[in-house]
Amino acid sequence: MSNLRTRLYNLEPSFLLWVVLVGVLALLVVYPLFWLLVGSLYSPGSGEFTFANFATAYGRIRYIAAFRNSIVMGLAVTAACAVVAVPMAWAVSRTNMPGKGLVRALTLGAFIIPPYLGALAWILLAGPNAGWLNSALKRFAGLEEGVFNIFSFPGLVFIIAVYSYPYLFVFTSAALDTVSSEMEDAANILGARKWQTVRRITLPLVLPAILGGAIITFLEAIALFGSPAMIAIPARYNVVTTQLLEFFSYPVRVEVAEAYALPLLAVTVALYLLQQRLIGRRGHVTLTGKGGERRMIELGPWRWMALGGCLAVSALSVIMPLVIIGQAAFAKAWTRGFSADNLTWSNFHYILFEQQATAQAVINTFLYAASAASFALALALAIAYVVERRLLPLGGLLGFLCMAPFVVPGIVLAIGFYAAYASNPFFLYGTAAIMILAFITRFLPIAYANAGAAIRGINPEMEEAVRILGGGRLLAVRKIVAPLLKNSLLGAWLLVFIPATRELSTAIFLYGPNTRVMSVMLLNLTDEGRLEPAAAFGLLLLIVIIAIVGLGYLLIGRDFMVRRST
Amino acid sequence: MQTTQPKLALRNIARHFGGFAAVSDVTMELRAGEFVSLLGPSGCGKTTTLRMIAGFIKPTAGTIEMDGELLSSSQTARPPERRNMSMIFQSYAVWPHMTVAENISFGLTLRRLSAGVVREKVERILDVVRLGALAERYPAELSGGQQQRVALARAIVVEPSVLLLDEPLSNLDASLREEMRFEIRRLHDEFRITTVYVTHDQSEAMVTSDRIAVMNLGRVEQIDPPYVIYNQPRTKFVAGFIGRTNFLEGTAADGYLTFDGLSFPAVPFAAAPPYGAVTLSIRPQNITLTRDQTAATGPSRWTLQGTVRQRAYLGEFWDYVVTTSGSDTSLRVTAPPADVFEVGDAVRLAIDPAFVVFLPPQNPG
Repeated sequence: MSNLRTRLYNLEPSFLLWVVLVGVLALLVVYPLFWLLVGSLYSPGSGEFTFANFATAYGRIRYIAAFRNSIVMGLAVTAACAVVAVPMAWAVSRTNMPGKGLVRALTLGAFIIPPYLGALAWILLAGPNAGWLNSALKRFAGLEEGVFNIFSFPGLVFIIAVYSYPYLFVFTSAALDTVSSEMEDAANILGARKWQTVRRITLPLVLPAILGGAIITFLEAIALFGSPAMIAIPARYNVVTTQLLEFFSYPVRVEVAEAYALPLLAVTVALYLLQQRLIGRRGHVTLTGKGGERRMIELGPWRWMALGGCLAVSALSVIMPLVIIGQAAFAKAWTRGFSADNLTWSNFHYILFEQQATAQAVINTFLYAASAASFALALALAIAYVVERRLLPLGGLLGFLCMAPFVVPGIVLAIGFYAAYASNPFFLYGTAAIMILAFITRFLPIAYANAGAAIRGINPEMEEAVRILGGGRLLAVRKIVAPLLKNSLLGAWLLVFIPATRELSTAIFLYGPNTRVMSVMLLNLTDEGRLEPAAAFGLLLLIVIIAIVGLGYLLIGRDFMVRRST
Repeated sequence: MQTTQPKLALRNIARHFGGFAAVSDVTMELRAGEFVSLLGPSGCGKTTTLRMIAGFIKPTAGTIEMDGELLSSSQTARPPERRNMSMIFQSYAVWPHMTVAENISFGLTLRRLSAGVVREKVERILDVVRLGALAERYPAELSGGQQQRVALARAIVVEPSVLLLDEPLSNLDASLREEMRFEIRRLHDEFRITTVYVTHDQSEAMVTSDRIAVMNLGRVEQIDPPYVIYNQPRTKFVAGFIGRTNFLEGTAADGYLTFDGLSFPAVPFAAAPPYGAVTLSIRPQNITLTRDQTAATGPSRWTLQGTVRQRAYLGEFWDYVVTTSGSDTSLRVTAPPADVFEVGDAVRLAIDPAFVVFLPPQNPG
């Protein structure tokens, strides 16, 4: 046999598949970002190379102010979250505060409530005139005017912070959970008192994790679209994401949006790299000292105060919003409060049966989310397999590409997808395909992180045993890897499905008349002032999400979702 | 096929990982039905060699042939699934989601045998490895030793051309390990499959193997039957790795060996280097201790004076450390339980030159 023939004969058939996967990854991740960059540098009319788009994007005070506003807002949100989340995490992880399970569950609740639904709830609670809190003050305290106005800068910071603090909470409590009591005992035995120990030992140990969590909180805050769209626009407070929406409104200036989005992307990437350094450098080395049991710090009577504080936060983020959303969803008019004659099913009937568009949005949401979760997971699994088993050179690059969308704000990703796929030669604008593709890319990092962890848990010898007995690699994947991964893959699927059902910022620039999803529809209904159907819509979405999270808990156990996966 | 053709031939194979040479220039041939162990400390390249034979790793130089057919070269490697080999892994790699019977029948099903034949073969092999009653169990319901037997059965039932074992007993406890050694040899005697066995445990290699290849730093230092490896080690590494031994540095000149200021006639050793530095290897059990103080040295018996420095009673024998008078060379000596000496006792050491091995200088070339 000639040399070439031998080599062809010896080639594994699965090799071709790996090459195809690389191509898919390039189309999903590299291509849109490439067009984002290219689009920003060319004139849409003449097709000439130009910096004019950047000049337009930063040529007006109003546009630059939006950037400043975003940063101020992000910092304010982060500070507010730190004040709330760090003590909460400490109380839950390190003290004998009662009701820890409840606090954790309510924090998870704040995490799974879509921020725009929270914003809707707080419009109902703290709208300047009719908001419940203001009405209550007028009625019971005899005030002339309400004192709360959600449509303000403090309102915006508040509404984002109450749904962002779980990030910092999870980061901090995960770090605190690894601090052994012996580290604190060592300080105590040298004469340090309880508070000195907390300040000098415990907090410095988890500081990198807190800073890392703070950076993530900041990034999430400035990338958020829904809450600013619902709160900041009426408050006439312009931020980067609302400014991007303006560039996308008539007359659409995609190239300016592209130029405008690039600095946001740069800031995000830079801060994310900083975060990785912080977590990597001191975070884990010091904290992996697993030795010793962990005793809880006795708070004495203060423990009830601690619980009260935690529950107060949860009341603002979960309990009050759920009550008001529940009331409004079943109300003829939400301002009329709780009474039997105000109860109605008509909101649900309206969104599910009367309005074709809303019913369609419900179907779209779950169809797109399920498709995106399935494709993202299949792709992530295949790539993770190629990387973990070192089937191709440059595996590290593939893994990097899978994780790269993590640092791309959803709204920036949407602009990239618009630039790459909306028109010539793909013409995907307004199709389900572009929505699903964008969702796949957006949540690929979640799928990849989970798939990689799952595959690392399988001893490669399991597959080698198949191969040496005469089975190919694909057979090994089908017969051994897939069945063994079944449970963890189902968990990973849910972890993609859940955020995909509530995704707004990617969808907002890509949806067409027939491809609206629930998040977009909820925003539209709120804009139109039809708050009761909007609430019904939100409640429906939330119930489905809670049911799925519950399913995840049943399958995966306590670690599901409240684990630091990045 | 010629009868002289080896079943499996490794010719000058090497494997580099970046700048690190895991295996360099390994050559060996296995006859059909032969059982060869690759024995060496961790990191010596034995597992890499095995995985090159299996086809999981491609050599960077050299070739691997089976029945005269090229399997691997630096250009190409036939994938493992087309080599008709089977392998037993360190972790057993018994698939946890399949029953014992499903695990064992997997390879047979891939060979497109009829259901009846598969059932028959599975039943037979289950009897051979004494797992008949456990066919429908899942691996999690089996002990470590039983999982090991499943792995063995799964590998043997397909009647591979070559059977590969990668430290298969390292996860078992000591008594089970000893039992399984003999089990592996028994199965080999029954099926006569050409076998390559990787281990770092010398007793495992000695119990199971027809020949042992001792590996060090990516090279084969010696490949010989166990008896030869132990009694005629060719390098200092082999002598030191297989069993315990004493090394003595000396010089040879004019038919005499000189060490410790004493000269001994080198008569029985035709192979002894006539001049220059030599290293001698003397096993602890080949030195006899007596209280007799009269020194008589002749060609059939070398004797030295010494003092007992340490002792330990290990039940089956005494373990003494004796330093020779004149120089402070320490020698380990084992003696039967009845030969009791106190620390500080003056003793005479007698060495039978027939059991002394001459080793080349440690770094050849």
